[in-house]
Amino acid sequence: MIDFGRYAFDIWLSYGLSATLIGGLVIWSLAEARTMRRRLREREE
Amino acid sequence: MTARRSIWDLANPRRFMGWSGAALPWAWTLATLLSATGLTWGLFFTPEDFRMGHSVKIIYVHVPSAFLAINAWMMMLVASLIWLVRRHHVSALAARAAAPVGLVMTAVALATGAIWGKPMWGTYWAFDPRLTSFLILFLFYLGYVALWQAIENPDAAADLTSILCLVGSVFALLSRYAAQFWSQGLHQGASLSLDAQENISDVFWFPLVLTMAGFVALFVALVLLRTRTHIRRRRLHSLSLKARLA
Amino acid sequence: MIALILRDLRLAIRAGGGFGQGLAFLLILATLIPLAVGPRADLLAPVAPGVLWLGALLASLLSLDRVFALDLEDGSLDLLATSPVPAEGVALAKAAAHWLTTGLPLTLAAPALGPLLSLPASALPWLALSLLLGTPALSFIGTFGAGLTVGLKRGSLLLSLLVLPLYIPTLVFGAELARRGATGLPLLTPLALSGGITLGCIAVLPFATAAVLRVNLR
Repeated sequence: MIDFGRYAFDIWLSYGLSATLIGGLVIWSLAEARTMRRRLREREE
Repeated sequence: MTARRSIWDLANPRRFMGWSGAALPWAWTLATLLSATGLTWGLFFTPEDFRMGHSVKIIYVHVPSAFLAINAWMMMLVASLIWLVRRHHVSALAARAAAPVGLVMTAVALATGAIWGKPMWGTYWAFDPRLTSFLILFLFYLGYVALWQAIENPDAAADLTSILCLVGSVFALLSRYAAQFWSQGLHQGASLSLDAQENISDVFWFPLVLTMAGFVALFVALVLLRTRTHIRRRRLHSLSLKARLA
Repeated sequence: MIALILRDLRLAIRAGGGFGQGLAFLLILATLIPLAVGPRADLLAPVAPGVLWLGALLASLLSLDRVFALDLEDGSLDLLATSPVPAEGVALAKAAAHWLTTGLPLTLAAPALGPLLSLPASALPWLALSLLLGTPALSFIGTFGAGLTVGLKRGSLLLSLLVLPLYIPTLVFGAELARRGATGLPLLTPLALSGGITLGCIAVLPFATAAVLRVNLR
């Protein structure tokens, strides 16, 4: 494992924050897509 | 029936659902592969910058998200124009789908910039022109999303948000120049430009370009997915209207 | 169109809203700022032009939701839409009336409030000039925002969210002009840009306002 020295905290914080925000967006979009697909299928049946 | 083939056929909702459904897995795969490769390469296999040390590694999330923050708005502007001129519903919905993505990317660019700014400039936030422009861009995204949510009639919402996007673009550009005029900057120049002299060196450049390509693929995947959701929502809405009338 | 402006002016005077409340708001703000920041003149004077600009901007914002809302309620907006005056003309008249009832009184009143914020007398003409140049843009942008949100219930918070970002360039150049005037710095650039933004807004935004009004009255 590479040592980031005194910037380790900043680097992991920014990567973690970005992953949380973008991951949250992806999960939210996927969940929304799934609900909408299911509701439309139920309606069309 | 021999319909004239043109690029606009792709904007027909039924056709759009067809090709976007086929393209989505590819976009997801590309997004995952490129971002994962670029980020791993950038994070673990690039040297320290002689000035910034390891903190330079924040660039691999900061620059791609900032790039998308601006270009998502550009895409919304083009999609809004297409809606206003050619009345393709998919276009309006794509603009709507892109807005939250742009909003999140702006937030990521601001947050990583603040974290990076602390060790580099000694402050999380300074009213530097570029930082200020991004904060203003964030506000424009918020207003745009809020307007979509507030209006119930879908066509009126598409019209009004498109006009807001057009007017907003002009004012966002004006605000950018206003911010430049109003404060001198701390922010370094462009990291990527066609002028090779200004470019960052190759070691950092290749993983950065990979990550940016990955983020663009991610943007495409998210916009396609969210547009499909909006089309389904619209269809559900019209189905329930029909059921109520029948 | 002129009849429409006059009608709006009469309504504003009779209802007592337009002229009075915006000015009262600015007065309250100019009173509260020193109470919040402290009474030191060396602290207040540098921020005074900006504070008065911000006050004028917020006062102008506060009176926006009545630009079209009252006319929509009593149906006169639908009458206007079917009248021979084009929607662009209606938008222009509405924005002009809004400026005459808020922007102009604020421009005249702000210099009078300057001393409350320790603004030197030499800066007052520049403050007035910057407001005179900038406030029309605020009215035209605001009328556009009011048109966007006219059909919405509980639209006033959304209106602020939409309009305030659009106010940014006007605020930056207007306040900069007032500040440079106060400190005697060269001010040709903000002067030209303030005027340019206002002229651009007057020329273009009535068309955008007319477009959103047509959508909302459809």
